[in-house]
Parts: sequence; structure tokens; C-alpha cells
Amino acid sequence: MSALEYKLIVGLEIHVQLATETKMFCSCGLEFGAQPNSRVCPVCMGMPGVLPVMNKKAYEYSVLAALALNCNITKHTKWDRKSYYYPDLPKNYQISQYDLPMSSDGFIEIQASEGALKRVGIIRAHLEEDAGKNLHGAGENSQVDLNRAGTPLLEIVTAPDMNSPEEVRLLAEELQRIVRYLGVSEADMQKGHMRFEPNINLHIIRDGQLFKTAIAEVKNLNSFRSIERAVAYECSRQLDEFIENGRTMQNTPKTTMGWDDERQQTVLQREKEAAHDYRYFPEPDLVPVEMNDEWLGQIKSRLCEMPLARRIRFASEYKLSEYDAAVLANDRATGDYFDTIVKFGADPKRACNLITQVGMKLANEAGKNVAQIGATAKDVAQLADMADKGLISATAAAVIMGEMVSSGKEPMEIARDKNLLQSSDQDALMKFVDEVLAENPQAVADVKEGGKKKEKARGFLMGKVIQKAKGQANPKVAGELLSKRLEV
Amino acid sequence: MSDISNLSCLEIKAKIAAGEITSEQAVGAMFKKIDENEERIGAFISLCRDEAIDRAKKVDAKIKVGERVGSMAGVPIAVKDNMCTDFAATTCGSKILANFKPPYDAHVIERLKAQDAIIIGKTNMDEFAMGSSTENSGIKQTKNPWDTSRVPGGSSGGSAAAVAAKMCPAALGSDTGGSIRQPASFCGVVGLKPTYGRVSRYGLVAYGSSLDQIGPLTRTVADAALVMNVIAGEDLRDSTSVSENIAPKTDYLAGLDEGVKDLTIAVVPELNEGASAQVREAVKAAIEAYKKLGAKVIEISMPHFGYAIATYYVVATAEASSNLARYDGVHYGHRSKEAQNYIDVYTKSRAEGFGEEVKRRIMLGTYALSSGYYDAYYLKALKVRNLIRRDFTQAFEKSHCIMMPVAPTTAFKIGEKAADPLEMYLSDIYTIAANLAGVPGISVPCGFDGAGLPIGLQILGPAFGEGNLLKIARSYEKVNS
Repeated sequence: MSALEYKLIVGLEIHVQLATETKMFCSCGLEFGAQPNSRVCPVCMGMPGVLPVMNKKAYEYSVLAALALNCNITKHTKWDRKSYYYPDLPKNYQISQYDLPMSSDGFIEIQASEGALKRVGIIRAHLEEDAGKNLHGAGENSQVDLNRAGTPLLEIVTAPDMNSPEEVRLLAEELQRIVRYLGVSEADMQKGHMRFEPNINLHIIRDGQLFKTAIAEVKNLNSFRSIERAVAYECSRQLDEFIENGRTMQNTPKTTMGWDDERQQTVLQREKEAAHDYRYFPEPDLVPVEMNDEWLGQIKSRLCEMPLARRIRFASEYKLSEYDAAVLANDRATGDYFDTIVKFGADPKRACNLITQVGMKLANEAGKNVAQIGATAKDVAQLADMADKGLISATAAAVIMGEMVSSGKEPMEIARDKNLLQSSDQDALMKFVDEVLAENPQAVADVKEGGKKKEKARGFLMGKVIQKAKGQANPKVAGELLSKRLEV
Repeated sequence: MSDISNLSCLEIKAKIAAGEITSEQAVGAMFKKIDENEERIGAFISLCRDEAIDRAKKVDAKIKVGERVGSMAGVPIAVKDNMCTDFAATTCGSKILANFKPPYDAHVIERLKAQDAIIIGKTNMDEFAMGSSTENSGIKQTKNPWDTSRVPGGSSGGSAAAVAAKMCPAALGSDTGGSIRQPASFCGVVGLKPTYGRVSRYGLVAYGSSLDQIGPLTRTVADAALVMNVIAGEDLRDSTSVSENIAPKTDYLAGLDEGVKDLTIAVVPELNEGASAQVREAVKAAIEAYKKLGAKVIEISMPHFGYAIATYYVVATAEASSNLARYDGVHYGHRSKEAQNYIDVYTKSRAEGFGEEVKRRIMLGTYALSSGYYDAYYLKALKVRNLIRRDFTQAFEKSHCIMMPVAPTTAFKIGEKAADPLEMYLSDIYTIAANLAGVPGISVPCGFDGAGLPIGLQILGPAFGEGNLLKIARSYEKVNS
């Protein structure tokens, strides 16, 4: 058995559906799950004589995303026709961008669980229109639904910089967060808003010699789990085939694979003998797009802090755990909400607990984002402050937060109305302590005696004090007073 | 009453407005003429008789109650069958679209309707506007009204023949390489190809998208101006339609009779070689007439003009190969009954639906765009196209317009060139360059050959200068008629 080392090489082609109101080249609305062929017009149906008109918003969204991916924005771009015949493509060409994509040469950073940052190159990102959908199985003939035809898609091509299935998944997840932060895509995987096509091969070193396996492209993966598993499956398949049959790039063609989710394996779709000739040429029905500084400036002003930067900042600036920072920075609204609460003076850890332990549960029940449940950042900051000062217990804080959401009242008002304020008034509490000590001589004796019974007796006395204060005693203050008396 | 079919658009418009005739009568006169002559000429693919009479009655009713009406109120017009109409089939002269009824109106149709013009029918054409004789129509053969053994020119042969035969005072055509000007010349009518971007292409079934332009065919220059007033202007649905801010639309009728002061005409001596002696003589005589009117004539050279046909047959066919990909039998149009699977639906439907010339051009264009050939053909053609554009720019720095023949010959016999596509392509030698450069051109009748067939003078002008072109054409029309 000879020594063998290998490195997994993965690049991704990603299609992101932009969250515009209308299609890329006509004014049809975009609605998932609408009645087939109910969101169509002569333009997206490719009728004779129709002409495309560029959706400016889609262009701006894609520039915004490209900026967030650190890409160069091309000043002069154009549209090209990509020709191929397929029933779901009504014009039998797709309007896309070929040799002058709207952006190129960027990168995206991902963070592995150990916290190390990794940079993955973006070769290019360009804008194009989606095809329709062929529907099979409805009777003898197949049918075509053109609702999706003309949907704006941002196609992102990464460099082959990923080296593990986990890195591929992390990139997919990071990209989802980025486009959602920017509001340029809903990025709902179940609705097919993001589709991933990894290109996978291995660099194997055996006996000091380098072998490269044939590249396999896996089409149309639309869940994070399937991306990770498909890459892992391909990795082991290619390794096995190299070991067993010596299959490499030299003796094996490039392949296009599909992912069988049921059997959890990739399946061969076709072997590429030669590159398909798409006969690209400049789209004569559209004018080139000129990106001037003013327009670019307007789009740039819509950029915001990116999720990864925010995660790192939350962890370092607010001393939060990586886990908490990731939860808070997962979506822009929650992160903004948290930031605002802290700006109103709340202790970050306390604010984090209120959001992640109380707020998110309420949000989940209401089917909303925590920032939208109705507790204002200012009120939450006040609530955090009350808890910090010992005016309320942690349990009471949760109750008050719930009430803030349902009634919209301020936390102090709720605390008063519901008798949830804790007393820290030393004189009043000392009176309760003295009464309890007088009423329970045996317990006092047990404490003083020390030994086994001491802790239990002390707990008993503490309970009595809290009871006397009708639950409104600050347990910390009450404990201190009790200790003071018992030691005298 | 004189025969309404002899009248121009402006005369009909005036008589209707004055209450001398009704639009219904005008439309009726056209259909009478059509009924008498259509069998002999074959200008129309479809007639919109009921629709037209109905609309004419509505316009008459509006006029009767003094309601405001449009600038072509009640005037009959025909349109080439490659402009989409929601009330009539739009076949493009092709079997593949023989039963196709668009769900929408082209921009020019909307404009005509908005100005109360009455569309009486859809005219015959070479299939998908590919041809110079209308012999490539998949529907029928149109004959030249001056001599029915001859072609009317093409591809807007139906429109030119209908206007010449007085079946309508005006018709719309489309011009990708001369398809308005050449049939206008063959049929002895006025034909204007506007600047690329002046008239919206929305709803014009595309042949060569970067070359196609819609324009009028009429019997008078003033009528061409009238129709241009209706159809020209910005349309947001056509991204290549030019913004009013860049090239404001003018009133083409205003000052039409004033001519152009200190007119300088450029002629290109090297180009006259290809034309027949009679055509050369007629064009020369027309230029002499301008001289008598005070125009100055200069000789210029257009070094890249000679490459126009080769350039055109790369650019136009490349675009066509892609534009015509959608006719696949899947969504609309002809679907082969023999198809067993979806690949069959494509190949058999297209094989059955398209005619020979269309297939030839699709293959040419597909070849030109294929990987490995793109740079040598398409990219090279784009470079030559720029040089041709520059020739025009330089010419218009020294002159107001360029004059030359529209076509090298007068109308040829049906079948004479049908077997030789290259010979046929050469009949567009004078017209194609204007499409490549995007500049406007007009064809004006300038006499007859020995056989009594009309000859056309072509006047080419700078971009968005169709106002001046019309004035220049009008000053000759006044002395020639």
C-alpha cells in the first residue's frame, strides 16, 4: 500500500433570485406558487415582436450584492444572448452577460467554527433572466409554466478555493446572510431563491506524484445540507474511483451530476465531450449599461455592516460568546435591534439574554423577527437596566417582556402594576429579617450551631424572609442582611 | 365626386374634416379598389374589412358630434404583416405564423389607432422580411401594379404595391436593408426609412434587430410626413428608441414646402457603376433638377460602402438566427403533426414552417456566431460597420445629403433572380449601408425606364434629419410632378 494524500478542490456557481417586485425585462409580478402561467405577458412569453426593458432595480440590487462581495463594478457593461433550445426557454435564448459581467474579482470571507477566517475568491457576478419550468407527469404531455421565466438572477462564480464540505456549506450560509442583510434577496432555500452548483475534484499525491480527478459539477442543490453532503459524497466517490480504477482527469471526461436526496448520492446526468456552443452575441434589443460615479455612490450608500464583521464586533466589543454573537448577527434586524438596545445603555450580556432567551421565544410564537414583536429598543434597555439594578428578578424580567409585547406598556409601569418590583430597602427588609429570626428560634439555633444542618436552616430562614416580603425582596440584599444578623 | 382612392392622405383627411366625405366612404372606396384589383396584384395577406368599417363609423360619429379627433382621423392605411395587431393575424409572410394572432398591438398600431387612422389590412411581404422581391412570401406572390409580370420589390412589396395600385393612400413598411425604399422605387411611390431609434420597434416582428426600422410608403412626400408625425417618437418599451431629450421629435409637415437653404448634395461617382444606364440617367437628371433649384453638388468618396452587403449578411443573419429561434412549435405558431418528442417538435416544425431563404439566412447567421468563427465573421462585421458609419459621418460634415439610385435596376421579372440568391442580394447594394449606419433614407420617384417602369432617387441624410430629407424630397417632387 502506497502513501496517499489528497486535497478537495471546490468552486461554486450560485444563482440568487433578486427580491424585485417585477421581472428582469418586463413588468410581470413575481409570486411563488401562483397559478401556472398567471404571471406572464407577451414579453416573458417570448411572443413575436416584443422587446425587453431592463429592470433598473434588479441592476442596482446586483451591484449592491457585488459591492458586498468586494467585487470591482464594471463601468460599461452590456447584455448578451445565450442560445440553446429548451421548452422552458420561450425565446430559445437567455439574456445574460458574457464577456463584460457587471462585476468581477471579489471575495467572500467565511469563518469556521474555530473562528479562523478564510477568504474565497469571487471570479465574477453577473445578472441574467431565469427560465420557466417544465412540468412533467400531468397526463401524456409535459407542460410549461412560464411564471418564473424572466425572474432576475444574480449568478456568482467563486474561485475553486474551498477545501472541505463544511467550507462549502459555510460559504452558502454566509452568502445567504449577506444578501438578506442587503435586502436584495429573500434567499429562501425552499422557494429556490438560491441554487448551488459545486464543481468538485481532488488533487491526489501518491508516491510524490500529483493526480487530478475529473471535475464533476453537481446541478441545482437547494439546501445547505444537500450541498455539504453532495460535496462529501463526490469527494469519496472520486477518491474511490481513483484508488480502484485509477480514474483521473486524463482518462475521464468532465461530468454533470444530479443529487438524489433519497439515496443521498450523486447520479450521473451527462458526460461533457465538448463545451456547449451557446453562440453568445451582444443583445441588440438592449442598450449597454453605463455605471457612473453618482449612480454607484447612491448604491454604495445602501451598504451596511456585513454579518461576519458584525459577528466579530459583537464578540469582541461586547464580550459575548461566539455563539451568542452569531445568533444576534444572524439577521440584520436582530443585530440592529441589539445594537440599539445597547446604545440606550443596556448591559450587552443582559440585553443579549433578554433577546435570545425571552424575545426570540416570543418572536417564534408570533412568527415574527424579534425586532418586530413590539418591544421597543428603549424599553428593552430600560428593562435590562431594572434587572441590573436588582429592581426586578430575572423571572420577573421575562414576565415583563411578555407584557411589553402584548400591552405595549413601559417596563416600569408593568412592574408596578404587577407588583414585580423587588425591595432593596434595607430598613424594611431588616424588619422582616428580625421578625423571621424571632419566629424561628430552632432554625436560628441550627445555623449558629453550624455543621450539617446550617445550610438547610439558612435556606429555610431566607425563604421565610422572601415570603414575608411577598416575593418582592431583592434576594441579594435580603441574604446580606440575614448573614449580618446571624453572625452578630 | 372624384374617386376617393386617387386622393392623398391629407386630401382625404381634409375632405372628411370638412364633411365632404365620410371615413366610411373613404374606407369603402379602398375596399372597392381592392376588390377590383387584389386578384391581379395580391398585395394583402389579410383584410380587416369589418374592423375597418366599424372604426370608420366610430370616427364619423365623433366628427359628427364635434368631438376632438386625431391627426389621421378617418384616413385608411395598410400595414405590413410583420407588425402585431390584436385584431388580425400577424403572419410575417410565413407558414410558421400562418394562424398566429398576437394578443397585443405594436407601438405603431397603437399610435395609428390613437390618431384615428383606419387600418384596412395587412400587406404581403417576403417571409420574415427576408428578400427583395416578395417572392419569398410563404403566403402568396405580389405583383408589380406597373407590370404584373414583374416583382414589386421587397420585402415590403405588398405595402408598395397597395399604395401604387391606390388600394390605400399610405402603408407602413419595415426596412432592414432597403425593404421600404427598394419596393417604393420599383412601384413608383415615396418610401422613408427613418433613423434607427426614431420609430419604436415594439411589436415589429424582429428580423435584424439592430437594423429594422418602420416607416411610411405613400404617394406624396407630404403624406410620408403626416404618417411620420404619428408613428415617430420615444417609446419606453423599446430600449433602442431614442429619448426625446437627445433627439426631439419635430413636426414633419411644418415648413415642408420651404426646402433646405444653400443645399449641398453629395454624390459618390464610384457607386454609379453598378446601376443600369437608364437608372443612372434618371438619377443624374434628378440631381440636375436640384442644381437648377440652386443646390450645390459635390463629389465624395465612401471607401467602405462596397463592403456593406457582406457586412449586412453577417450582422442581419446573425441577429435573425437568434430572433427566429423562438418559432419552435412549443408555445405558438405551426407545430408539426409528425413530432414524436420535443426535439422533433423543434426540428420538424421549423423544417415545415420556414421557407428556403429563411432557412438559408438562419444557417448563415448560426454559422457566423459559432464558436471559432465569431471573431472572423461577426466581430469583423461589427468593425466594418463602424467604418461605414464613419464614411457617413464624414460625408455629412460636407453635405446635407447624399444622392444615389435606390436600386441598380427597375423592377425585374418574377422568377428572374429567384434561383440566384447572390444576384438577388445585390439589388440592395445602394440601400443597405444606411441600415448599417442607422441613418435615414428616402426613395422618391424620379422618372421611368424605357419599359415604363418607375425609377427611384435615394436621398440619405444624417441621423434624425428626416425632417430635412422630407423637405429636400418635397422640393424635387414639386418640380417633377
